[in-house]
Amino acid sequence: MRAFVIAVFAFLYLPIVLVVLFSFNAGHHASEFTGFSVQWYGKALSNPFLVEALKNSLFIATTSALLAAVFGTAAALGLARVGIRTRAVFDGLLGAAIVVPGVVIGISTLVALVQLFAVVNPFLASVWPGDQPPRLSLGYGSIIAAHGLFSMALVTMIVGTRLGSLDRNLVEASSDLYATPLTTFRSIVLPQIMPAAIAGFLLAFTFSFDDFIVAFFVAGAQTTLPIYVFASIRRGVTPEINAIATIVLVASVLLVVLAQWQLRQRKPSN
Amino acid sequence: MSAGTGAVFQMHGNRFRHNFLTALLLAPATAWLVVFLVLPFIAIAVFSVGERAPEGGYQAAFTLAQYANLPARATAFWNTMVLAPVGALACLLVAYPVAYYLALQAPQRWRLILLALVVIPFWTSLLMRTYAWMYILGGRGIPALLAFAGIEDVRLINTPGAVLLGIVYGYLPLMILPIYVSLERLDRRLLEASADLGATPLSTFLGVTLKLSLPGVMTGFSLVMILLLGEYLIPTLLGGGKVFFIGNALVDLFLQSRNWPFGSAIAITLVLVSVVVLIAANRISTRVSGARRVDLI
Repeated sequence: MRAFVIAVFAFLYLPIVLVVLFSFNAGHHASEFTGFSVQWYGKALSNPFLVEALKNSLFIATTSALLAAVFGTAAALGLARVGIRTRAVFDGLLGAAIVVPGVVIGISTLVALVQLFAVVNPFLASVWPGDQPPRLSLGYGSIIAAHGLFSMALVTMIVGTRLGSLDRNLVEASSDLYATPLTTFRSIVLPQIMPAAIAGFLLAFTFSFDDFIVAFFVAGAQTTLPIYVFASIRRGVTPEINAIATIVLVASVLLVVLAQWQLRQRKPSN
Repeated sequence: MSAGTGAVFQMHGNRFRHNFLTALLLAPATAWLVVFLVLPFIAIAVFSVGERAPEGGYQAAFTLAQYANLPARATAFWNTMVLAPVGALACLLVAYPVAYYLALQAPQRWRLILLALVVIPFWTSLLMRTYAWMYILGGRGIPALLAFAGIEDVRLINTPGAVLLGIVYGYLPLMILPIYVSLERLDRRLLEASADLGATPLSTFLGVTLKLSLPGVMTGFSLVMILLLGEYLIPTLLGGGKVFFIGNALVDLFLQSRNWPFGSAIAITLVLVSVVVLIAANRISTRVSGARRVDLI
């Protein structure tokens, strides 16, 4: 049993280790290790298309995760105040947002937004006083919205779970001591759900930063890092891709470890 | 969430203020779910009974022609419907012993570290992890090593086997986690009782452990299976245009050949199949162990 488990962990990590190892390859060929070098990192970071894609991904991931963390936490707090039936409807929709395959989320968002733009753009053109009316199109906004859907559902679930295990005695003690609801919320509830909200933010950021398939459909003319990497992989394997992959892997691992650590923070001392 | 949490925010204030604040808290999430989940879903449902416009857009109609045309993509459906359950099953066979070890046998101080090692790949880019296998299975990877050993002309990448391997690799963590959760909650006294009553280890495993962990197994299986139904990256990168999935058909229909009504019909079919998988998995675990599915988070 133990040998099997060790083999499975090797199976999980060996490919990742290989990618990282070959990102330090001096040679041009992706598969023969000819010496240690960091030249591919330099090449990757001086590639303007790649840097542009990286900036787009950082912007989209930050914005969508931030919106998801705020709205998702608000939703979890709101759901603690409603009846069973409303909760069931919300739980169903949130579950659907998480479980429906990304390819379907991407397609349906694409179809809906294109139809919406077909109505809104002529309308804007007709009422706009100036010469150049604003035109809505696919891009940052649509990726942020589509990523935000999954992320918000994720944050709502994580924060909701934490709210469910909230220590009620503390809350009752607080109100017995004549704290206003706002004070109770700020000094008792908020500190306890904050780690969950932060973990949700980090996981949402990781999801958005790593997502390919949803962005592929709704990106329009924009390029995110995974879209750029996908396109270059199809052109051929080079150590430059390994260098990007290593940067992305290290960043994701750091964020996930940070998120796990936040989730394990039980009661912050005050 | 217990009813008790509700009380947290209900201690003061009148009913109107209470309802207003609740609505305010839920408003952004509701708007988001309606605009970016419910309406888009209605949109593809409407498209799926429409017709393709001559230049490749959508033309309003009410016809089931798109659904009748589904056999045109029979290969994609066939590949997906075979490789998704087979892949999920292969995942399960690898995942169960790992989850079992983590939950019941691993030393306490190792447990959290090993669990973290399972979670980390789950949250790292599937694209990058699949890319790693392109590397290993590609011409200069394992085939080059085999050629070195005298075995020539082995082709690994761009085969159904490579896709299956990619599937197991990609979705293993998602399968381990729910099984681990259900095994960890297992009452260990039941195992002792079973042994005390003279059951062999095998019958204890089959009658107690496996039966009680079935909700986790079904959760993992249905999640992996549903995500595989919509998979695009793994068949594209490791199947090299030879192993088409429904996901590949959808990318083609929406981004290349622009037949949106037909693509919508396929997407709706995909969602319906997913719902059937979820319901079936839930039924099985309810019937066998009397418990509902395990929630992942």
